[in-house]
Amino acid sequence: MGETMEMLASAARTDAPPAITLDKVNKWFGALHVLRDVSLQVALGERVVVCGPSGSGKSTMIRCINRLETHQEGRIIVDDIELSDDVKALDAIRREVGMVFQSFNLFPHLTVLDNCTLAPIWVRRMPKAEAEDLAMHYLERVKIPEQAKKFPGQLSGGQQQRVAIARALCMKPKIMLFDEPTSALDPEMIKEVLDTMVGLAEMGMTMIVVTHEMGFARQVADRVVFMDRGEIVELGTPAEMFEQPKTDRLRMFLSQILRGH
Amino acid sequence: MSDITLNTAAAGVPEAAPRSAPLTQLGLVGWMRANLFSSWLNTAVTLLLAYLIIRWAVGFIEWGIVNAIWSVPNNQTQACRDLKGTGACWAVITEKHRFMLFGTYPYEEHWRPALVCLLFIGLYVVSAMRRFWRWELAIIWAAVLSVIGVLMWGGILGLSYVPQERWGGLPITLILATFGLAFAFPLAILVALGRRSSLPAIKVLCVMYVELIRGVPLISLLFMASVMFPLFLPEGMNIDKLLRAQIAIILFAAAYLAEVVRGGLQALPKGQYEAADALGLSYWQKTGFIILPQALRLVIPPLVNTFIGFFKDTSLVLIIGIFDLLTAGKTAIIEPAWQGFGVEVYVTIGAIYFVFCFAMSKYSQGLEAELNRHRRR
Repeated sequence: MGETMEMLASAARTDAPPAITLDKVNKWFGALHVLRDVSLQVALGERVVVCGPSGSGKSTMIRCINRLETHQEGRIIVDDIELSDDVKALDAIRREVGMVFQSFNLFPHLTVLDNCTLAPIWVRRMPKAEAEDLAMHYLERVKIPEQAKKFPGQLSGGQQQRVAIARALCMKPKIMLFDEPTSALDPEMIKEVLDTMVGLAEMGMTMIVVTHEMGFARQVADRVVFMDRGEIVELGTPAEMFEQPKTDRLRMFLSQILRGH
Repeated sequence: MSDITLNTAAAGVPEAAPRSAPLTQLGLVGWMRANLFSSWLNTAVTLLLAYLIIRWAVGFIEWGIVNAIWSVPNNQTQACRDLKGTGACWAVITEKHRFMLFGTYPYEEHWRPALVCLLFIGLYVVSAMRRFWRWELAIIWAAVLSVIGVLMWGGILGLSYVPQERWGGLPITLILATFGLAFAFPLAILVALGRRSSLPAIKVLCVMYVELIRGVPLISLLFMASVMFPLFLPEGMNIDKLLRAQIAIILFAAAYLAEVVRGGLQALPKGQYEAADALGLSYWQKTGFIILPQALRLVIPPLVNTFIGFFKDTSLVLIIGIFDLLTAGKTAIIEPAWQGFGVEVYVTIGAIYFVFCFAMSKYSQGLEAELNRHRRR
């Protein structure tokens, strides 16, 4: 019963206009075909978890969405703007899409607060005081306001990743991309970062999360995408994917992941 | 075994109080024991070197102070010559220091280049202090450099006109070094960025510039600037010789500095570029706020290395007849009465160079420590 309700809810969400559309996207690194006809639609407010073995192209796919990588064929449309060589379109998309990296990528020479206020001040042209208020608001949201004056190198990995999430949120993005946000963390710090992300999902943020954390996928994902060798192999609700995998490849992947835990 | 330790810890046995290190390893005695007299061989080397250092120091003091002659009347250098090298003839410095410092600049106007040197030093001191690191500093530089130009040239404000050919000594060295590095450094940053540009034309241009300039000696560039360059100018047009040498030095220094800066750019992890891109920062915002502040901090030691090298390389302008500090010193002892006192003159000039270079070196060490504070835990 509860499950049907959930499915209805996610179905309702998919009726909303798509926040992200990937249409037959292809990409090569040299001769290596890393994305093969990848098509995916993500609705506004939807949470999508992308999983798959390493080298399956999942990171490359989300890095194409804000053009950290360029795709060679197909179309990517974000927030009604098509990604192209047009610099203005790219700037507009990057303002709306926040990204959190596996290796945090905080700016080590700036304090936590400056990390958070830099882009709002210079990209959004926000007054400094307002940007600082905003930054403190999000630092409180990720539960580390007391670290605002410290440098990233003085924080633990989990704290750094939460700062990175706050930094991305300060741009008030419509969409958040997470590229294996917990893979570089010590086990005892994974939870604090996942909790922050669950909180974000509950606020209704549109999220695409590349992760191996299947517990997180079950808890927050509307849909799970399974990728292997550059293509989307299976796509469905977490329940469908984890209880009744249709393909051998997903079955094998799940058994490997579960054995690891 | 580990079980037992665990059990005692759990039982609440108090931790042993920290003991101080054995006395033999503390203080000066401990340091000397560890570093100078740790074995028979080390002791022997220490004693031998101590003997040599003391011998040399005593000899230098005897030559430079005890037996030295500090002044002679009316260029009568016989007293100096009678020493036959057992004592220094500092009289040459007493007599010739104004010429060494200011070259052929009119004698009664020497206060002007002297003031210029003080202005330069003041400018260095102010620029070295971090609390003056704001955009107003650029205005201060422009103002002080203009005042320096007025003082050197004159011709206005009641100052008599002094043609550039008569300038010489320390102001020339400071002018070449200061203008040289002040213009070469920004140019170097642009070239380094250009070499990593995704625009092929800019990249090729920057690579060619660096490779071409690095491929020839500074001396040949200076020759080209002084001899060949005027041939290509239209009839009647003449660019100041000092300015031509200055441009050659700027172009040369920039090529070297560009490679140092590029080293810093390459040392930065790719993630820093990506994070800045993902936040929507523009190219110049990314470069100015994220990339350069980190890249330049990384390369402070090789940057200062290059700065110091170029400060001294300005002395090469002697081959095109510009009287920098070293050339002025050399010229000062051409007069027959003072021939043969080169050691005293070169020791003095060496000391002046040393003061400037050592100050740069010390300052950069402090700056490095301060700017990299964020890397400490």
